Formats: sequence, structure tokens, C-alpha cells
Amino acid sequence: MTSLLQTRGLTLSFGGVVAADGIDFDLQAGERLAVIGANGAGKTTFINMVTGYIKPTAGTISFDGKDITALHPRQIVQLGIGRSFQLPQLFLEQTVRESVELAVAARLKRFSLFKPLEACVPAAEITQSLALVGLREREHDLCSSLPEGHRKLLDIVMALVLQPKLLIMDEPTSGVAADEKHRLMATIMHALDQRGVTSIFVEHDADIVAQYATRVAAWISGRIAADGAPETVMANEEVRSVVLGH
Amino acid sequence: MLLKLTPWLIAALALGLGLLFPWLKTPLIIALSYGLSALGVSILIRAGQVSFGHAGFTCLGGYAVVAAARAWPQADGMVLLALGGAVGLLAGAITGLFMVRYRGIFFGMLNLALSMVLFALLGKFYNLTGGTDGLRMERPPFFGQVLERAGFETVLLALSSVLVVLTCWLLARFYASPTGHGLNAIKSNEVRLEYLGISAKRVFFTGYVMSAVLCGFSGGMFALIQGLVTPEMGYWVRSGEYVFIAVLGGTLHPVGAFLGAIVFEFLKLFAAAALTGVWQLVIGVVLLILIFVAPAGLVAGLARLAATKKPAP
Repeated sequence: MTSLLQTRGLTLSFGGVVAADGIDFDLQAGERLAVIGANGAGKTTFINMVTGYIKPTAGTISFDGKDITALHPRQIVQLGIGRSFQLPQLFLEQTVRESVELAVAARLKRFSLFKPLEACVPAAEITQSLALVGLREREHDLCSSLPEGHRKLLDIVMALVLQPKLLIMDEPTSGVAADEKHRLMATIMHALDQRGVTSIFVEHDADIVAQYATRVAAWISGRIAADGAPETVMANEEVRSVVLGH
Repeated sequence: MLLKLTPWLIAALALGLGLLFPWLKTPLIIALSYGLSALGVSILIRAGQVSFGHAGFTCLGGYAVVAAARAWPQADGMVLLALGGAVGLLAGAITGLFMVRYRGIFFGMLNLALSMVLFALLGKFYNLTGGTDGLRMERPPFFGQVLERAGFETVLLALSSVLVVLTCWLLARFYASPTGHGLNAIKSNEVRLEYLGISAKRVFFTGYVMSAVLCGFSGGMFALIQGLVTPEMGYWVRSGEYVFIAVLGGTLHPVGAFLGAIVFEFLKLFAAAALTGVWQLVIGVVLLILIFVAPAGLVAGLARLAATKKPAP
């Protein structure tokens, strides 16, 4: 079976620091992969390479059978990889609804010069997308006024309306209050399930990983130290001592 | 609604005042011409970028109009004005190709550098450009009619007023469009824009070319009313004035540029008459006050006023 995402010998060094050490990795369609690891283990670097933000010094990345190693982030998005960020990347001067409208206009390639944005996109889709993640109430608020949890959701829904085949989320629950984390993840996973999107999410919370991932990959010093079912990886000795601190 | 009406009010007021007090026609046309250039600058400010060289495009538009009028004395004023805009478009499209790769201070300084190269070339190539004395032109016919000075000024004032309404309407639509929102998004998050699959450079290029076209029209209008173009049109101080006007008027709505231009031009006019030699001091003090009182410009004040006038739901 062809992997949805595949990396071979993915390597990246910053001076003497090896952030990715020849990573061979496969992701199948339908998986929900949690990426775990200590700070500086190379998780975000891996995401940044897959999404074209930084280029590897060696190795290849292919998505859906196409080599995307040298592609620009914009081209990678257009092929079907969406991403959200550890620090939500929002348009602070736009409202919540305008942000989602802009994302939908980008997907539909409706970049009119003089037609209003709201007239270029189907209103029902915007409303449904906002309702899906519980942001309907705040649709007319400026993004800059949103609390962290809502920012995370907006960051994700902006990637989701692009209708990606794969959504990569960098620490979707970081900065969110402990009692909000599960509700946030439940909302995100519900939205992903509804749209049949394969996902990778970087996560530090072991409970979240255990509850929402179908597969876990543990990063240690720029390499994958363990990869498999959540209970297997969590029981791995190296993962327990280096990643989970047990 | 108030913001939508303001371009019409400015146009009507300019026409009315110009007809009542003919000596006001020239300063009004110059103010509205400055407004067009400032509007070009304010498009870029919406993307978070400040150009200190857009007077270069205005200057090119002006020189193109005068050169064409000298080469073809029967060329209609409307054709000449369109030529100013077309030259702005061409110059903006060429320079925009590499200018859109830069942001912040590099963008501002690169624009400044290009405009200063133009300024120097215009001053040095005396046989072609008239050097620092510039080039003069005769009044061209308008709509096939050869007009006396008063009639010519009235036509130009009417044309300027039409341009105020037309550009405000078009630019307001542009600001509300996907490309306009994309341009504004460059200011706050270019990374996210790219991760939506939108080329920030392409969006910025569109805005850059539009800004150059407006400056080209502005230069054409300036050349027609003055009958003279000099390298001073492209000097960096003039670019600074356009930035000043754009900030003074605000970028929330296109009409801000024209409000700013009228206030600036008349402030300069009266300050120069009353406080000859220190009029720049008056301008500086006004900018200082503005930064503290209305940092988002005059148009933001209008928007607030419009919001308070709305009946409670």
C-alpha cells in the first residue's frame, strides 16, 4: 500500500546540532499520529520540513506519491497538507469569519479584485465550519481579541476548510487551560472525523495522546526512538525515561 | 454610510468652492492630485509597508504627460491623463517584480533609492528632460475643445472630483475583496497567508501596481494643472509628504487620503502665508498632535463619528 506521507533519510543539521537524523517514516491514510518528545527533540523541525518551511540537508519527502522535498509551502498546501501552528498564526486585523472566508476563497481560487470577499465564498460553508468548532458566536470578533483556546481552534479551522488530505497540528493544546484541553481535542477530532482527514499532532500531554492517537511516534535527539500503538510506545523504556520522565 | 458619502461631499465641496472662489481651483486640484498619490501609498500601508519613493511614479507620470503633449500638441487632455496612469502601471509592474520580495525598512529604502536615481537622471539629462528647470507644456485641448485658462481649470477640477469618487468607490471595493483582505493580511501574518496557499508576493504585486497607477494619474493631473514638471516632483521630500498625507488621513477607507491631502495642502498654504519660513514647523506639530490624538488618522475619526450616530439596536 502506498503511504500518504513518506520520508526517507530525512536529515537536517544546524551547525553541530542534528535536528533530524536520517528519518525514515511512513503514514497511512486514516491514521491519527501523535508525535511526542522532549523539547528540542526535533518534532517541530520535522513538521517544518514536511510543510516546506525549512528544507532538509538530505533525504526525501513524498506525499500522495509526489516528491515534495523542494516544494514551497504554498505548493505543499495546494497538494493537500494543511497545518496549524504552536503559536496560532492568525490575521489579527481580520474578524474570525473573514479569516475563514479568506481560507475558503484561497481553496476555491476566487481571488477577485473588486468583488466583496463574502460574495466569493459560500456563506453556508463558512457558517458550518465555524459551528463545527464552536466559533459561530465569535464570528464577528477580531482575531486579536480571541482567547488562546479559540485562537487554536481558528488556526485549525482555517487549515481544515482547505480540505486537506493530511492535517498537521503543532501542539494544539499548548497554552490551553488543563480543563479545556480535552474539550478542545474532542472538538478538533470530531471535525477531523467528519471530514475524513488524516492527522499528525505534536503533543506533550500523555493523557491526550492515549485518548486521541491511533499511533504514536516518539522523537529523541532528531530520530524516531519508538513508533507504534500508543500503549506499546508509552511502555518503551527509552521513551519512559527520556520523553515521559518516568 | 458617512464614509461612503464623504467622497461625494469632497467632490461637491471642491467643485462648489472652486466655482465660487476661482483662485481656489489650482490648490484644490493640486490637493486632490496629492490625494491620489497618497492613496497609492496608503494601499501599501495597509500591507504594513511604507514606501519613501512613490513620488518617483508620480514624477514619471508627469514627465510622460508633458513629453507626450510636447510631441503631439493636439493630444487630448484625457488621453494625456490616461497616459500618466499607463506609465505608472508599466513602471509599477517592472519595479514591482523585484520590489515585492522586500519588506519593512528594505522595501522603504529600495523605493527611495529608485526614486532618487530617477531624480538624478532627470536633473542630468538636460537635453531630454530640461534638467533642473524641467519641461513645460502648452494647455492641451479637452474633449476636442481648446479652452481658456479658467475653463481648463474648471474641467480639471471636475475631472479631479470625478476621480475622487471613482477611486474611492473602486478602492473601497478592492479593500473588501479577497485580494484586498490578502493584502491586509500581509501586515499581520504573511506565513499564514502562504499556508492558505496564497502567494503573498502576488497579492503584494497587485497592490504595488495599483499604487503606482494611482501615482501615475496623480502626476498626470499635476502636470496638466501646472503645465510644468521638474525633478522636484520625484524628490524624496515629496514622497515623505505622501506618507504624511496617508498617515494624516488614515488608511481605513480610501477617502482618508483625500481628506489628508486637502488638510495638508491648505495647512501648508496658510502656514506658508502666515508663518513664512517656518511652515514646516506647523506641519511637524500637526503630525505630533495627530499621533497622540488620532493615530489611525482623520478617517478613523469619521468612522467613530458614524458609529456614534447609528441608532441603538
